[in-house]
Amino acid sequence: MTKKIWRSMVIVLVLLFLYLPILILSVYSFTDAANIGAIRGFSFHNYVTLFTTPELVKMILGTVVLALGSAFLASILGTMGAIGAFYSKKGMASAIHTMNQVPVVNADVVTGFSICILLVVVLGVSKDTFIPLVAGHVTLCAPFVFLSVIPKLKQMDSSIYEAALDLGATPGTALVKIVIPQIFPGIVSGFALAVTLSLDDYFVATYTKPATFDTISTYVVNATKGAQTTIKTALWALSTVIFLLVVLFTIVMNIRAGKNVQERNGAGQ
Amino acid sequence: MQKKILSRKSLGIPYMIFLVLFVMAPLFVLIYYAFTNGQGEITIQNLTGFFSDPNTLGTLCYSFGIAAVTTAVCLLLAYPVAYVLATSHLKEKSVILLLFIMPMWINFSLRITALKELLTWLEGNLAYHPFLNTVIGMTYDFLPFMILPIYTTISKLDGALLEAARDLGAGELQAFLKVTLPLSIPGIISGVSMVFLPAMTNYVVLDMLYNSTYIMGSLIGSYFASYNWHGGSMIALILLGIVCLFTLLTRGAEEETARGGVLL
Repeated sequence: MTKKIWRSMVIVLVLLFLYLPILILSVYSFTDAANIGAIRGFSFHNYVTLFTTPELVKMILGTVVLALGSAFLASILGTMGAIGAFYSKKGMASAIHTMNQVPVVNADVVTGFSICILLVVVLGVSKDTFIPLVAGHVTLCAPFVFLSVIPKLKQMDSSIYEAALDLGATPGTALVKIVIPQIFPGIVSGFALAVTLSLDDYFVATYTKPATFDTISTYVVNATKGAQTTIKTALWALSTVIFLLVVLFTIVMNIRAGKNVQERNGAGQ
Repeated sequence: MQKKILSRKSLGIPYMIFLVLFVMAPLFVLIYYAFTNGQGEITIQNLTGFFSDPNTLGTLCYSFGIAAVTTAVCLLLAYPVAYVLATSHLKEKSVILLLFIMPMWINFSLRITALKELLTWLEGNLAYHPFLNTVIGMTYDFLPFMILPIYTTISKLDGALLEAARDLGAGELQAFLKVTLPLSIPGIISGVSMVFLPAMTNYVVLDMLYNSTYIMGSLIGSYFASYNWHGGSMIALILLGIVCLFTLLTRGAEEETARGGVLL
C-alpha cells in the first residue's frame, strides 16, 4: 500500500511542477492584477487586449502562418527525400541520412546562425523577403518529417506496389495510389511535429527574421525584458488560450485515435 | 523497369539538393568565417582568442556546469516517473503519459514566463539565485525530453528477464539494479543527449530569468548583435565540435550497451 502511495506521489509531484506555473498564470489572466500573488477582481481585459491590439494579433497570425507554411514545405520535401532515400543505393541513402541528422542533433543556435551567415551575410538575401526565415524553419522541420516517414516505408508491404505495376499502373500512379496512402500516417505525424517545432522555435527565427516581424517566441522574449504591464498580462491570456487549445487538441486526438493512442505516441516521437 | 526505379530514386533529389544548400553549405561557410578575419585573411586568431581569453573559457565552464546540473536534475526526476509509468498496470497510463508530453506543445517562452512569474512571487527578486533559477527553468523546459526515451526503453523491456531474476532469488531492489537499470541505459543516454546540448546553448531561459551570466549560446547572440560574423562563427564551430564529440560518445556507449544486452 505504501508503495502504491509513493508511486502516485512521484507522478503527482512532477506533474504539479510541470503544470502549476501555467495553471496559476491562467487563473491570474482572468484578473486585473499585474503580478501574481496580488488578489484582484475578475476581469476579461487581458483577453480584450490580446485580441484587439493589432500588434499582438499580427504576431499570432504571423506565427501560425509561418508554422503551417514551413511545415507544409517541410512535409513535401521530407517525404520525397524519405521515399528517394528508401529506394536509393546504400551510399546515396546513407549520405541523405547523415546530412538529415545534422540539424536534428545540432544546437538550434548554430543552425540559425549558420543559415543567417550563408543567406544574409554571404549571399546578401534580404531578411525582409522572408526567404531566410522560411528556409531556416524548413531546415529545422524537414529532417523530422523524414524521420517519421522512414519507419512507415520500412513497414510497407512492397508487393502491393509491384502488383499495381503488373496490373498496368504507371510508376507515378502506383506511387500516389499505393505508397503515399501506406505512409500517410507518418507524413501526418511528421507534419504535426514540424508545426510544433516551428511554433516553439526562437533561435532560428531570431537570426533570420525581418526586423519588423515577430513570432510568438521572439515577441514574448523581448516583451519580458521590460514591457508595459498591459502587454505582459495580455501574454498571460495568450498562454491560457494556447494551453486550452493544446488540451482541446489532445482530447480530440485521443477520442479519434481511440485504442491506438499508445501506438501513436510511439510514432510521434 | 529501369525507368521506374529511376523515378522513385529521383524523388530524393530535391531533398538532397535542399540538404546540401541549407545544411552543408552553411556549415562550410561557418568554417570559412571562423578561420578568417574581417579583411578576409586566413587566421587562427578566433580560435586561439577563444582559448586564451579567461572570459570565454569561463563561459564554456559555466555552460558545462549548468548543463551537467540540469541534466542530473532532469534524470533524477525523470527516471522515477518513467519507471513508475512504464511498470504500472493502470488503464489510464497513456493519458498520464500524454500529460507529460503536453507541455512540449506549449510555446516554451510562454511556459518560462509562467515559471518566472511564479518564481518572482516565491523569491521576491530573481537576481538573488541566478544559478538555481536557471536550473529550475531548464529542468522545467527540458524534463519531458528526458522522460519519454526512458519510458520507451523501460516499457519495451522483456518482462521474462525480471521474472527470471526473481526466480533465481534476486530481491526487488537487486532485480532493479542488475536488470532494469542496466537495460534502460540506452534510454538514459538518449535522454541525456536531448537535454545536455540544449542546456548548454538555450540562453533565452537565462535571459528571461534574469541570469546575466553568459553560456555558449549567449556568446553567439552577442557576436550576432555586434555583427561580428567571424567571432560568432568560431563559437558556433566550437559548439558544433562539442555536438559531434557528444554524438560520437553517446553512439559508442549505445553500441556498447547493445552488445552488453546481447551478452546478458
